[in-house]
Amino acid sequence: MLILDTLFIGLSSGAIYSLMALALVLVWRSTRVVNFAQAGQAILSTYLGYEVMSKTHNYWVSIPFAIIGGALIAAFIDAALMRPLEKRSRQGAVSQIAPVIATLGILGLIRSLTGMIWGNAYVQYTSPLSGKGYMIGHHTIPFSPQNLIIVIGALIVMVIFALIFKFTNLGLALRASSFQPEISRLAGIRVDRIRTIGWAFAGAAGAVAGALVTPTTYLSPNSLDLLLVSGFVAAVIGGLDSLIGAVLGGLLLGVGFAFILQYVGTSVTFSAAFIILMVVLFIRPRGILGSRVGRGDA
Amino acid sequence: MRKSKALSAFVFLAIGLCLLGLSNYIDELRAYQGAQIGIYVIAISSIILLTGYSGQISLGHGALMAIGGYAAVLSYTYWHLPMLLAFTVGALAAALAGFILGMAAARLSGPYLAGTTLALAVGLPSLANQFHILGGEQGLSFDIGEAPKWISNKTGGDFTQYKWFFWISVLCTLSTLWFIKNLLQSRYGRTWRAVRGNPSAAALSGVNIGKSKVLAFTVSSALAGLGGALLAMLLGLVAPMAFTLTLSFTIVTGAVLAGVSNLAGSIIGAVVLVVIPEVTGALASHLGNSEKITANLPGFITSVLLILTVMFLPNGPQLHKRKKAKTK
Amino acid sequence: MNGLVVSDFSVSHGAISAINKVSFQVEKGQLAAIIGSNGAGKTTLLRALSGLIPASDGTATWSGQSLLERKPEDLVRDGIVHVSEGKSVIPELNVKENLALGGIWRKDKKDVAAATDEVFELFPRLRERINQSADTLSGGERQMLAIGRALIARPKLLLLDEPSLGLAPLVIEQIFTAINQLRLRLGLTVVLVEQNAMSALKIADIGIILNVGHLVASGTSQSLLNDSNLRSAYLGY
Repeated sequence: MLILDTLFIGLSSGAIYSLMALALVLVWRSTRVVNFAQAGQAILSTYLGYEVMSKTHNYWVSIPFAIIGGALIAAFIDAALMRPLEKRSRQGAVSQIAPVIATLGILGLIRSLTGMIWGNAYVQYTSPLSGKGYMIGHHTIPFSPQNLIIVIGALIVMVIFALIFKFTNLGLALRASSFQPEISRLAGIRVDRIRTIGWAFAGAAGAVAGALVTPTTYLSPNSLDLLLVSGFVAAVIGGLDSLIGAVLGGLLLGVGFAFILQYVGTSVTFSAAFIILMVVLFIRPRGILGSRVGRGDA
Repeated sequence: MRKSKALSAFVFLAIGLCLLGLSNYIDELRAYQGAQIGIYVIAISSIILLTGYSGQISLGHGALMAIGGYAAVLSYTYWHLPMLLAFTVGALAAALAGFILGMAAARLSGPYLAGTTLALAVGLPSLANQFHILGGEQGLSFDIGEAPKWISNKTGGDFTQYKWFFWISVLCTLSTLWFIKNLLQSRYGRTWRAVRGNPSAAALSGVNIGKSKVLAFTVSSALAGLGGALLAMLLGLVAPMAFTLTLSFTIVTGAVLAGVSNLAGSIIGAVVLVVIPEVTGALASHLGNSEKITANLPGFITSVLLILTVMFLPNGPQLHKRKKAKTK
Repeated sequence: MNGLVVSDFSVSHGAISAINKVSFQVEKGQLAAIIGSNGAGKTTLLRALSGLIPASDGTATWSGQSLLERKPEDLVRDGIVHVSEGKSVIPELNVKENLALGGIWRKDKKDVAAATDEVFELFPRLRERINQSADTLSGGERQMLAIGRALIARPKLLLLDEPSLGLAPLVIEQIFTAINQLRLRLGLTVVLVEQNAMSALKIADIGIILNVGHLVASGTSQSLLNDSNLRSAYLGY
């Protein structure tokens, strides 16, 4: 029974990691930039959702607002900051890491901004769903209606993305631009705009993650710290190039965490992320489904 | 060549003596901040070496500082080592960790390295909670005591604890800068620059890229360890809270503000980092003194500075333009 | 003049001048072959014309409009399509998707469908392999795919960079024949960069010879073929 319980916990947190990983991979594939600000964007859009929820007292209404907010924030960051940055930094020691540093700066910016607007105190983003686990017979499994929504929400996002990527022209343009931006330009695709759309999708995914998971804990400018690292670790485990890998990595990490928490102890959480990451990178430096020059160059 | 080395040693010595003399005329707060600046200079220069010269990124130097800090405190407390030796142990412990990390890092690059060091930064400090000997959440205290009599008698006046910290920090910082300066000008430094500029060409001319990268990581970590030991001295303790992810980010920020391949810039970067909280404190009180603002304004301004620097001055303030022309 | 007018065109990489004051003209409907040995700057010239890299001096116009300071994706909308050398298809996508890429930006979807059919008629092999991943295609098939994709954009000026690269002689002949037929049928203007000077000049109206970024000779392909000095220097016989 304990194993099943642990699996359930892992499933729910894994779903969140998958969404964050998905967002990271989306941006990585199209721009070769790891967006460390992803967790910060998710926080900001979650605060937006929180505001809507406080005003309307309706959780479900607040979610689309969070999603749209997340998409717009992400699009803004790409258009206003990352694109000009890419044009400028062509040489020097910093050029490779400049985008990464920029995303770190954006992360800090968002964190302090949310702190200034909403304060560092914890607030509660309440959902009408219960946080108490379902009952199977006499046993309460650690999987509540909120957890169920998390998993369903994550699934919906993944299915939507998969459909868009596979069957729409937009998806084709997104894929082409991320594989071969130059050839795509020569074929007439406005690669810059497509990239921004990719960022918007990533921002939306992060917003969904934030809006769904925050009711289970609390909301504060720093509450997504673990998510930042976990999302990244999940993406790397799965192979930074692969969307499916992101999902897999997220689930594996979620379940792995759950088991470690259960059988080793809670204070190892952060260290566990590092250890899992090192182990996976040691065995497969490209991640499980990573491909091509996966682990390597910009 | 020997003449200019002697000359630069003399310059460093002179600067050191000036600073020590200066310490008689500054108040406690400035002495504390001066020590802080010194620590930041060491930490930032470790990043400059690693990133600016060897081209590897680390978001986890805060964790390496933690290793240095804890090792120094433990060896001071349990082995009763004198202070400077304890610092050395701290640097060596961090160097060892850096060596291992560097070996792993040589196989990784770019975002993979960034993320690994990120995970390290988040994961390592909390390890202290696992092992009782590391003092858990509260950490371990670290009291290096007063300045020795033969020094405090000489300078007369009140030789406070903070002044002593300032002296030690200045000593370590100048030694570190001198060491790095020479290292960067040595064949190791040239190798790093060569690999950073054109890895394939460097490899073809016989450079062992892996080795040079690991070396850079190890030395950089040793420096971070020293910085961590000094930080522990300044704070009077080591605890997980002292070495957060924010610390790692702050150091990288300082390095970028400095101009990531500009060693002299580390001083500017360090000063900026220490000055910002001061300045924003004043600014915040103008903006209404709300707690929300005062707590977050320093971070906000630092982040904005970072973004602006990366956008418009990706190689930092070009104070050494002539040097750049030579190396190109 | 309505076609491609390139005047005092220069492109530099930092201090190194890759293209140095090159001038030539290609009238509408003509096929111009740009030839020269490796490193002559032929590819650089094309990349500067299609907006991938900036020019440092001079002018280049098509139909009276300047090509400079414009993005490649914008030039495509004006009918200027560049098929780059070597990697010109996206290996991770299949044939159908690669072709579709050429028409995504176009509003007239009916014409895109019509153009796609025409491409399949021209290159039946592509229809056979329509769902295959592009990295399973042979070199010649990839070239057909790249050219096919370019055609779906209904280009008026086609810039082809070394389409014969890495192909067997028989395949090269097929490709060149197809290119020539195409441009005659559709009235395309074609700029063909080639190392395979002979085959290129055979189908070209005019030839332009570059060496280390400089224009060495230009004229009708016939006159170039007849010039024995040039022949031995650049055509190898």
